[in-house]
Amino acid sequence: MKTVFKVPQSLTGKEWHYCPGCGHGIIHRLIAECMDELDVREKTVGICPVGCGVLAYEYFNCDMLEAAHGRAPAVGTGLKRVLKDRVIFTYQGDGDLASIGMAEIVHAASRGEKISVFFINNTVYGMTGGQMAPTTLLGQVTTTSPYGRDKDREGYPIRIAEMLAPFEGAAYVARVAINTPANAARAKRAIKKAFETQLNGAGFSLVEILSTCPTNWGLSPVEAMQWLADNMIPYYPLGVYKDKEGR
Amino acid sequence: MARVLMKGNEALGEGAVIAGCRYFFGYPITPQSEVAEYLARRLPQVDGVFLQAESEVAAINMVYGGSAAGARVMTGSSGPGLSLKQEGISFIAEAELPCVIANISRGGPGLGGIQPAQSDYFQSCKGGGHGDYRLIVLAPSSVQEMMDFALLAFDLADRYRTPVLIMSEGMLGQMMEPVQVREPVTERYEKPWATTGCINREPNIVNTLHLLPTELEDRNQHLFSKYARIAAEEKRAEMVMTEDAELVVVAYGLLSRVVKKAITEVRARGVKAGLIRPLTLWPFPDTHIQKCLDTAKLFLTIEISMGQMVEDVKLAVNGRVPVEFYGRIGVIPSPQEIERAIMAVAERGGLA
Repeated sequence: MKTVFKVPQSLTGKEWHYCPGCGHGIIHRLIAECMDELDVREKTVGICPVGCGVLAYEYFNCDMLEAAHGRAPAVGTGLKRVLKDRVIFTYQGDGDLASIGMAEIVHAASRGEKISVFFINNTVYGMTGGQMAPTTLLGQVTTTSPYGRDKDREGYPIRIAEMLAPFEGAAYVARVAINTPANAARAKRAIKKAFETQLNGAGFSLVEILSTCPTNWGLSPVEAMQWLADNMIPYYPLGVYKDKEGR
Repeated sequence: MARVLMKGNEALGEGAVIAGCRYFFGYPITPQSEVAEYLARRLPQVDGVFLQAESEVAAINMVYGGSAAGARVMTGSSGPGLSLKQEGISFIAEAELPCVIANISRGGPGLGGIQPAQSDYFQSCKGGGHGDYRLIVLAPSSVQEMMDFALLAFDLADRYRTPVLIMSEGMLGQMMEPVQVREPVTERYEKPWATTGCINREPNIVNTLHLLPTELEDRNQHLFSKYARIAAEEKRAEMVMTEDAELVVVAYGLLSRVVKKAITEVRARGVKAGLIRPLTLWPFPDTHIQKCLDTAKLFLTIEISMGQMVEDVKLAVNGRVPVEFYGRIGVIPSPQEIERAIMAVAERGGLA
């Protein structure tokens, strides 16, 4: 009998701790499938963020580190400078990367650090209970923006892919989403390109992945996917923002 | 090997290279910058990497990554920079990652100044970051020791899988003395825990998260059994004329050399004085202090601070004899000033 679907070798197969309908499980799987297809599991070291993804070291079946909040790109820099022939990736949420870790991500990109960053944008701090993130949309209600995000009070949401793409050191920058099977397939292609960019030694790569947080959005998993399409994609347009290798 | 005239900061940098360190991640700050500048020139000559980080926070996290990769790694800074590094140091201590951190210290609090000071003792020895942890803290007193303690620091770091901090007054980093350059260290420790890619083995995980209460307590017990082992094995102090000393002075770092001179003068004036110079500030050499309690009638702690190490001296003496303190900030007192301070204490204590 032909196997058409199985747990990727790059996942441990442990049951997720994520909430029902959360996008992290889908994204973990896409990353793991790319590691399998590129046959890099044994030469990959991943770095977890602080946030819901903190336990990713339980799920990826490769060497893993857990970094302090926002510091994964600096930790990845230290790893990559020692292990030049290894594949280093960071897995970071929007609070981790776009708020407390903004300095680390900006400078890793500007140095052209040969690491791949998977940036999960779900517009909220998930693990701490749904507080406002730098990516929270205008008008969006969170536990720390209970009257809706107001541009005059909290300022505007930050578009990370657009911000980092112009850096000379950034070789591949894309924004994808996981709200439909077709988008998830595109997301996987972008993740694979990010890894390939690193393997080719071309420079820094980042894939911003629009994802859902049904629990903190107060929506069902299906409604959350629709909310992503209706609200996030118009403000965070999908596409490839930089591809130095020009494929 | 050659005898060379070197700056303290350069001797520290060369000591790191001799110890096999090939990675330095740092951020410029006076009076530490020569460590970074020296290694920026030196490391590429030995196929190493010097990287100027965007911040102190990033630098210590690069050390976290480099150490997890199994390399001998170092960072350096001065007081305010060390404050910023505390988050990373807490993570590194918990993850049991060996590394060396240099504090070419300045006077605080706040931006303070670059004058000589030892006021980062609490920060270094009492856990500047969050949670229960310890660092091995070494206090060199000469340019030669800046080099030698770099070798010792990397060895202790790997032997115990723990960060080691070298604390030097800024003045020691800046001054020049002849140095006997050491032979390159060839001994290497196995690091089967390093995250280097899981070729033909199960994945390694470097992690500091322990959500289960039992696991968290077990983890702390594990760290503290290691710290107990370090405390049993690694307390170091130089003892000067303490065999019959009635007045025992405790001082460390560059300052201790001035105190040594003053002790000789005080001895000539008939006071049975001696000096204990801690080489390890943690583990603190309390056993060396207790050895002196047979003859000691009085202790005097001298620091370039408002009085920090004196608390550890008091804990070691445990109320058996009085412990006095003399401190300055931003200056290394002259031998004459220290002699006067010791004589004043000796007279008050009826020892002169």
